[in-house]
Amino acid sequence: MRSAGIRTAPNGQAASAAALETAAAHLPGQTRLTRIALIGNPNSGKTSLFNQLTGLNQKVGNFPGVTVDRKTGISQLTPQHRAEIIDLPGTYSLYPKSLDEKVITDLLYDQTSGQYPDFVIVTADASNLRRNLLLFTQLADLGLPAVLALNMMDVAEQHGISIDLVELQRELGVPVIPMNARKGIGVAALKIVMAQQLDAPAVSFYEPAPELLPMIRQLRDYFNLHNDYLALHYAHQGRHISFLTPDQRAYVAGLVAKYDFEPTTRQAQETIARYARINELLLNAVSVTRTERAEPYSNRIDKVLTHRVWGYLIFILVLFLLFQAVFAWASYPMELIDQGVAWINGLIQTNFDGPLISLLTEGVLAGLGGVLIFIPQIALLFAFIAVLEETGYMARVTFMMDRIMRKFGLNGKSVVPLISGMACAVPAIMSARTIENRKDRLITIFVTPLMSCSARIPVYTVLIGLVVPDQPVLGIFNLRGVALMSLYLLGFVSAVGSAWLMKLFMRTTERSYFIMEFPVYRWPRWKNVGLTIVEKVKAFVFQAGKVIMAISVILWVLASYGPGTAMEQAESQARRVAQTQGLAPAETESRVASQKLESSYAGHFGHFIEPAIRPLGFDWKIGISLLTSFAAREVFVGTMSTIYSVGQDANELTVQQKLAAEKDLNGQPFFTPARSASLLVFYVFAMQCMSTLAATYRETKGWLWPLLQLFYMTGLAYAASLLVYQVLR
Amino acid sequence: MSATHAPVSPVPVPPQRSVKDLRLGESGTICCLQDPEMALKLLEMGCIPGTQVRLNSRAPLGCPITLVVGEAADYTLSLRVSEAATILLKE
Repeated sequence: MRSAGIRTAPNGQAASAAALETAAAHLPGQTRLTRIALIGNPNSGKTSLFNQLTGLNQKVGNFPGVTVDRKTGISQLTPQHRAEIIDLPGTYSLYPKSLDEKVITDLLYDQTSGQYPDFVIVTADASNLRRNLLLFTQLADLGLPAVLALNMMDVAEQHGISIDLVELQRELGVPVIPMNARKGIGVAALKIVMAQQLDAPAVSFYEPAPELLPMIRQLRDYFNLHNDYLALHYAHQGRHISFLTPDQRAYVAGLVAKYDFEPTTRQAQETIARYARINELLLNAVSVTRTERAEPYSNRIDKVLTHRVWGYLIFILVLFLLFQAVFAWASYPMELIDQGVAWINGLIQTNFDGPLISLLTEGVLAGLGGVLIFIPQIALLFAFIAVLEETGYMARVTFMMDRIMRKFGLNGKSVVPLISGMACAVPAIMSARTIENRKDRLITIFVTPLMSCSARIPVYTVLIGLVVPDQPVLGIFNLRGVALMSLYLLGFVSAVGSAWLMKLFMRTTERSYFIMEFPVYRWPRWKNVGLTIVEKVKAFVFQAGKVIMAISVILWVLASYGPGTAMEQAESQARRVAQTQGLAPAETESRVASQKLESSYAGHFGHFIEPAIRPLGFDWKIGISLLTSFAAREVFVGTMSTIYSVGQDANELTVQQKLAAEKDLNGQPFFTPARSASLLVFYVFAMQCMSTLAATYRETKGWLWPLLQLFYMTGLAYAASLLVYQVLR
Repeated sequence: MSATHAPVSPVPVPPQRSVKDLRLGESGTICCLQDPEMALKLLEMGCIPGTQVRLNSRAPLGCPITLVVGEAADYTLSLRVSEAATILLKE
């Protein structure tokens, strides 16, 4: 193996012919754009380096065909030379374990693709070089020109590890840049190297076993591949490479069978051989001056933070803070946004009139407001989550909660989305992104909206106030408080129960691992926290926002237009009645609004679905509210006040009084305990939030999951309400 | 350090200990990995036969656990008990 060793200096001529070809294809125009892939182990400082190189010039898109975000950014290397940096998911090796990691091989196997990088920057944790070099040696053997960004040099120094950079560079055959990406040290040097023409690595680290060569030769010929190691990877993963045609996959499968190729054994052998080789080369380049290390400070912190009592108490405190931030602190900027949109709306409405203005204010601006209103919550939640991730505390949360959550098909990391869901499901669903395992992530996303969010509170308040007497229970509790708490509990139980059900039904080919690096505690990097917030807010506004706007406009049309001249007739009739009764102008207007809503498509919808919801105890008026509540649950109160013509200055109390006064056909109060309980239960379960559906759509990159969510939750709501009403009636 | 170690002795020792059986703070040397698919992941993470591991901590409910890998305490891994049970130790 040594014979394959060092053939030339880093800028030598021994680069493979194919790599030269690729380089030639991208030869300097004056304003050339080099395409660079950034790759490295999790916790090797890849994100910090990406942020240092690109700053705010980042963009999130999709990798074709998969649900993985494709984060790219532009880095200005020299005044004339810019580079596009592709941030690849963190991974320990080139053999993908998850769908997310598969984007790496899909990108790096296909040299003919326009996306193929000119070279890769491999980040490695200098304090843990042995394991970090595994991925590097695999990339080097693919024949990709590479730079090694030797990160966390400060940590290595603290650990008494000294690295002979000249020797290491000679052994690895690529430029090695010592860095501290957190502080930006070494970024300038890295940019200088990035601006140069890089050759393929001159050193090879692993040669496939001789008995595999016949198969490898055939693969190379068939696919026109430039090196043996790449061909070996085709043998390993041919069936899963997404850009191959079915015929090509069948060809690979045929060869694998013909030569009795055993991927698992071969991969294990390769990994062990690589480690042996890495040990050898580190022997010359790295020396540890201080082997006896004091108990790491992280371990001492862990004695408290993962303690069986203090650990959970502190975690509950952290969750409480997080909940408080998303629930209470966010309410101030949210109010400002709400008032701002209302002010602009008012300004337009007082100065202009007409159907287009109404579309603009009640459709478009209302939708825009519905998007903007979530920004404070998303920003605060992700500020929190970014800090938890950055400091390493999130790994401890997973560690403490995994056993409990796993029983329900969830994951230690599902705790944060579920708790955040009590404030708002939209940022909560976006935060499920931290769960690597696809099945666990989908289940978490699916059940999070069952947690009672803050938008349900106005509905709960109105209905509980309507039927639950304000009286003490057991001396210290209030019956209304108990009722409210039961609703929250009902939401939680249904979320966990649904997760458990899904665990039984969902099939996955992806195996769930928990094996992960336990990072040491560190101070958060505020730049990373800031960029995370910007990224999440942008993602929500531009991707989920589109869906929310569209649905908002559709709902506006349904509530503002009716078939034929129904709306005009309703208006003139309402005015006639008001005139004969001698109503005040304000009262007349609210009567008109009520009549118009009843004659609109939304009103027709209410009447249309009445037969279906009558078994739940609902009438067409509630039917209309159910439809408009689809925009957001809190709209229930507003719609009820319009239907019952409460007037402009409606608040929860006046709506409550109106509802209490409503009589059924026999002159009895319409909102009986059975009816109200049924409605409450419906609001606990039903998927009535277009923003949540839009968030699910964005996170799962398709309509399957949001639609499943819509039908499952609404079905659950229907069944539960039916049961409650029929039992209590 | 790793692959140069001598193979396990051929003497049959029926119930072989795994990482799961380590006491808190106790170290052991990895002999072999049982579950082939899990082994690939563990190998990547540096759990090579011959490597020394120390049971560093257990989660409050007993699972998962954390291991310190390498004689020089290179890094800490966390894994579930069921996963730790596939890592057999040298006697």
